[in-house]
Amino acid sequence: MTVAPIDLPLLSAPAKRKGGLRTYFRRHPTIVIGAALLSAMTLTAVFAPYLGTVDPQALSPIRRLRWPSAQYWFGTDMLGRDVYSRTIYGARVSLTVGISVALLSSTIGLSIGLVTGFSRWTDAVVMRIMDGLMSIPPILLAIALMALTRASLENVIIAITIAQVPRETRLVRSVVLTLRELPFVEAAYASGTGFFRILWRHILPNALPTLLVQATFTAASAMIVEAILSFLGAGTPPNIPSWGNIMAEGRSLFQVAYYIVLIPGVFLSVTVLAINLLGDGLRDALDPRLARRM
Amino acid sequence: MFAYIVRRILATIPVMAIVALFVFSLLHLSPGDPAVIIAGDTATLEDIARIRAKLGLDQPLYIQFVTWVWGLLHGDLGISIFTNLPVSKLIAQRVEPTVTLTISTLIVSVLAAIPMGVLAAWKAGSWIDRVVMVFAVLGFSVPVFVLAYLLIYVFAISTDLLPVQGFVTLSGGLWPFLSHLVMPTLALGMVFAALIARMTRASMLDVLAQDYIRTAQAKGLANDKVLIGHALKNAAVPIVTIIGIAIAGLISGVVVTETVFAIPGLGRLTVDAILRRDYPIIQGIILVFSAAYVLVNLLVDLSYTFLDPRIRY
Repeated sequence: MTVAPIDLPLLSAPAKRKGGLRTYFRRHPTIVIGAALLSAMTLTAVFAPYLGTVDPQALSPIRRLRWPSAQYWFGTDMLGRDVYSRTIYGARVSLTVGISVALLSSTIGLSIGLVTGFSRWTDAVVMRIMDGLMSIPPILLAIALMALTRASLENVIIAITIAQVPRETRLVRSVVLTLRELPFVEAAYASGTGFFRILWRHILPNALPTLLVQATFTAASAMIVEAILSFLGAGTPPNIPSWGNIMAEGRSLFQVAYYIVLIPGVFLSVTVLAINLLGDGLRDALDPRLARRM
Repeated sequence: MFAYIVRRILATIPVMAIVALFVFSLLHLSPGDPAVIIAGDTATLEDIARIRAKLGLDQPLYIQFVTWVWGLLHGDLGISIFTNLPVSKLIAQRVEPTVTLTISTLIVSVLAAIPMGVLAAWKAGSWIDRVVMVFAVLGFSVPVFVLAYLLIYVFAISTDLLPVQGFVTLSGGLWPFLSHLVMPTLALGMVFAALIARMTRASMLDVLAQDYIRTAQAKGLANDKVLIGHALKNAAVPIVTIIGIAIAGLISGVVVTETVFAIPGLGRLTVDAILRRDYPIIQGIILVFSAAYVLVNLLVDLSYTFLDPRIRY
């Protein structure tokens, strides 16, 4: 399979700009907007119990399907549960999945990518396996894994991570392959630097910016995949109020109570948008060559 | 050239072999007895024994694998646990709506995205460019099913312009066919179009900076001829590549879109199979979708030589 040539941020020498933070922010407005939105969402998730919420699982059959009002900001669902509380607590699930998958798949992808980037024999074998795995659409791969295990938050994270690892590995490998041919790595070899020291001091720091940008996009797509899995009934168990679960429950009532589906949908979109803006901004800041084009 | 085509086609065999090996081992990778997991919580011992016999799980592993691959090579994807029908037959019954939706999404998003990307690159920095980039970021951020429900709200609930769900074949009339296809296509095509528009813009920006573009403009060639004849033609390879790669996302999106719009395609089949833990169906669908992905990317690779005569093998 031929992969599009990837521009790598080899020229990302962190040029110190004068003018401090304000100029920096003016130069990269998307980072500021993205970071602000994401912080707001993170604070919402962390302080969910103190934001006027009630127990998101509390049933109240007499108050079924109340429309959004001063008392129930986002209305109630078909079991009388408070949609506002459920949506706020849902931010916890989404962010947990996004961050965990980004961390796990970056770490695993980095480890495999570093090894395959330096060992020709492992490279041939591992990359053929990754090619095969990448031919399976990620959501289907995650669905297949989830169908075999019990629904739980941990299993969702593991399934999405497995589906993401091939992409991360390929990226790290391509960065390593380019880096190891560069003069400064050669110079390090020539001056007798050990292999692991070269990996740690020369390859890793130069691969990190690309990996960081990729991690933000991984987090965003992991959140979408989690919501889709839950929406299809193969994700987090129904007793956890995740955005995908809330939407799945409201699905059959969409014509009478569309707020149950649309409100968590908007929260999900805004969170993903925040991360994408942050990622775009980071890429622009860390990789001036790509920034000009994308 | 011919040798390259043959080599490229042969190269898909190991990839599909890995997919098949993975799909086979899925059942055995799971912690615990797969028959127990598939049977579910309410199963009796007889149910579990029946499933174990049906899946051949009582055989040694290598015999299971050989039997399974032998069946695959003969187009036998196994028997559905729930319906007792051959999986290949179930898939064949459901393939039409999925293929229709995928093709209409491909056509609509390519036709919308490439002009957007070309315009944005040509007028880089202008308001057109900004609008296209905002569309691209939003397209990435609004998940397919959220967009689908927004569309249903706008076009079916508040205005009643389009049918909420279902699928009508072309033989059921042109308007019923199209009207059922509009919302699923838009919902599914958004991410895809955003990606293609972005790639087109990036690729065009690269090409527009080349000397031969300045030459073409200097000799007084009309803008549209420069943009399409000179620039887009040279920018085509990355665009076609991203279309090939994005097919994986499109396939994932189909499963969700079909669920929202109650379209009786492969996506519905997948979701029903998940809920019933009908594992042979899930395996069959993964194989079919992965084969489709590998095939599309084979075609993309082969198209390079036609798009860009400079590429020789």
